[in-house]
Amino acid sequence: MNTRSPLRKVLRNPVGIAVVAYLFVILIFALLGSSFSHWDPNKPDVFSVLQGPTAKHWLGTDSAGRDLYARLLVGSRATLIAAALVVLCSLLIGVPAGMFAGYYGGAFDAIASWFANMLMSLPAMIILLSVRTVIGSSIYFSMVIFGILVSPGFFRLTRTAVMAVRNELYVDAARVSGLSDIRIMSRHILTVVRAPIIIQTSMVAGIAISIQSSLEFLGLGDAKLVSWGFMLNDGFRNIFMKPILLFWPALAISLTIASFVLFGNAFRDALEDSKKIKRKKSDDVVVTTVIPPAKDESKHLLSVTNLGIGYPLADGGLKKVVNEISFSVDKGEVLGIVGESGSGKTQTAFSILGLLPESAVITSGRVTFNGDSLLSPENGKISEKAMREYRGKKIAYIPQEPMSNLDPNFKIGYQLVRPMMKVLGLSKAEAVTKAHSLLKTVGIENTDRIFNAYPHEISGGMAQRVLIAGAVSCDPDLLIADEPTTALDVTIQAEVLDLLRDLQGKFDMGIILVTHNFGVVADLCDRVVVMQYGSVVESGDVRTILKAPSQAYTQELLGSMLVDKTPMTLLTSGKGE
Amino acid sequence: METILKVDNVVVEYPSKGFRKPPFKALHGVSIEIEKNQTLGLVGESGSGKTTLGRALLGLAPVTGGSINFLGDDITQASRKKRQSLSRDIQVVFQDPYTSLNPSMEIGQILAEPLEIQGVNAADAKKRIATLLDQVGLPQDAISRLPREFSGGQRQRIAIARALALSPKLIVCDEPVSALDLTTQARILDLFLQIQRDTGVSYLFISHDLDVVRHISHNVAVMYKGEIVEQGVASTVTVTPNHPYTQRLLVSSPLPDPDKQAVRRADRKLLSDAFKIA
Repeated sequence: MNTRSPLRKVLRNPVGIAVVAYLFVILIFALLGSSFSHWDPNKPDVFSVLQGPTAKHWLGTDSAGRDLYARLLVGSRATLIAAALVVLCSLLIGVPAGMFAGYYGGAFDAIASWFANMLMSLPAMIILLSVRTVIGSSIYFSMVIFGILVSPGFFRLTRTAVMAVRNELYVDAARVSGLSDIRIMSRHILTVVRAPIIIQTSMVAGIAISIQSSLEFLGLGDAKLVSWGFMLNDGFRNIFMKPILLFWPALAISLTIASFVLFGNAFRDALEDSKKIKRKKSDDVVVTTVIPPAKDESKHLLSVTNLGIGYPLADGGLKKVVNEISFSVDKGEVLGIVGESGSGKTQTAFSILGLLPESAVITSGRVTFNGDSLLSPENGKISEKAMREYRGKKIAYIPQEPMSNLDPNFKIGYQLVRPMMKVLGLSKAEAVTKAHSLLKTVGIENTDRIFNAYPHEISGGMAQRVLIAGAVSCDPDLLIADEPTTALDVTIQAEVLDLLRDLQGKFDMGIILVTHNFGVVADLCDRVVVMQYGSVVESGDVRTILKAPSQAYTQELLGSMLVDKTPMTLLTSGKGE
Repeated sequence: METILKVDNVVVEYPSKGFRKPPFKALHGVSIEIEKNQTLGLVGESGSGKTTLGRALLGLAPVTGGSINFLGDDITQASRKKRQSLSRDIQVVFQDPYTSLNPSMEIGQILAEPLEIQGVNAADAKKRIATLLDQVGLPQDAISRLPREFSGGQRQRIAIARALALSPKLIVCDEPVSALDLTTQARILDLFLQIQRDTGVSYLFISHDLDVVRHISHNVAVMYKGEIVEQGVASTVTVTPNHPYTQRLLVSSPLPDPDKQAVRRADRKLLSDAFKIA
């Protein structure tokens, strides 16, 4: 556990070490400050006021002849106590309240949120000043009040984080185990919200110090207290005689605030560290061997030759996700690409569409559509220029998640009509007419209702029909469908497959169907490519592959199918993965 | 045959948002029974209420009518305290192996949690965890690793180990293989079968996939719109179903053979034409 703890990671980062070391030194000063200097920080000496640095007074003296060095050391105590008070108060109020509000919701949440909003709308400085006139000059009391005023920050942070994890399945599993609510909160929920709270705490500590110093700088506070804020006040009053007086407390305050803020940043970076992969400029690492396009070397609609795809790694290497694969699709042919997760099937489909992430690199091979190369030879990516001619015009795409591919803010009709006007150059009236006839084509009876509906008002199957209508709006030659039925119920899947078959006949399209389901392959495909770990295992006619596969992996995949198996018998030799 | 769970006419209603709106009825009076050492497969499409029924047994859904009886004990509205002792007998494996394990807890801690609650001492818990890891086919060094270091199939093994920790009599399996690859699904199904043979546990096995349910269940119940439309012996319900909805489910599931699938497609067309006429 410790090796992965973000705190350890903070200490591996140079800024993190510097900041933690600085805060540690300040803490030592605060605890033992007076023992580092033999001067009493409060002892005035009228014979040596406003002195510069001397052997006796290392940093000089202030307007009352008190030793600056001693005051600076001891002043850290007031600063840290103030920060601690604010943090403690706001944490103690904000975090438990946020936990309960987030976990239980309901009336407590409503009341607590109302209070939080009220506290946030109060002007902090005015409250602090009025509290001082009523209760007295103790800066610590002001800090407690300030802590209450900033507690809504923690409340909201905790509440949001708890609401996000409250319905996670592991919380349900804990409830099934009979854990009490308190235990679920402390064990399963607090661990998740811990990190953002630590970050917020360091920010609040910084703010607390600046508020405390400004109050004292204004002269509002207990004047007997040794603190950086009062040193600032004294320095400001003598700014024309001894400007350096301002420098030391200002430096201490700024460094301390900066340290808290930087600690928060370092902690956040440590948390994100595992996700962040240093990206090198792709042209540094790429060793592409893109073959220059030979002119129209075959009659295939799309041909992919020796295509390799990789992602740059932090150490400058390349993680290959697709290894030199080749296949082709003819006009009017349905090609299935089958594989399990991580087989590279979706990466392959996306590369043809030019939709790979920015960091992806095509390391080798070529992709030609109707004899034209889609790859740009200079940078090893799909050429945007070449793609613009084809994507949405000759090559269409159907995604896996129909719902997330429709914008919830716009009506279905608008989302169908806009691309037709932009890409195909139709007038609005033409596009509207065409949209209606397309919706009819994909089997939607009441086209008006769907045309005027928002995406959340239609079912997943209906959404997929709409996306298919959009895809065939350009009368494409090639349709790339990435797991088009995986998110759908099996009865809807059957209807969508029927629809795809009808449209394929109607438009005489080539289709690349990416799927993990052999039933879908058997239903629709003419030829199959089986992929594993980024390589083609075997490819061929659908009947050959499904009925008499030659490769062990294909046999294993088909052997895992449950159709025609005797129920209640073991399917594998029982080894783990 | 000994019936361990009897669900009688259970209704689940979720309060609707909005003033004086009628509550949303997720289950309209559902009755099932589960025998000892048997599996009841519960099949249905999204929104059919199959997950809600599982959650109602676990005390995670608001039951507003009917009764749930476990080993002669009415657990319809069991208190938290009662749930704690019930957790020894009823456990759960969820669909999504990525969110069903707390990402910040080590596997050892995850598996120890149900044991700790029942007051098992640390040394016994450690022994039990070692046995569990063995039983689900995971290496012993998994104890000190975090969930993110494991693949989907391995995580599901961890979730199964957690469910097995207290040697329950019934495990509610909510789509436990739906998020897995085909080959992984086969291995996890084998694991479920093996565990049942070894321990005599009963399963309520919830799935949208008729093939999966046929493979693992003794009895099958088919849910549609919050009701059970057909229920009976697995080989009957999943092969020669009576209810038109089950028939539609059956012919909608594509076969991995182009010629057989062409036949099935024709069957489906006939069925849906008949459906339209009727």
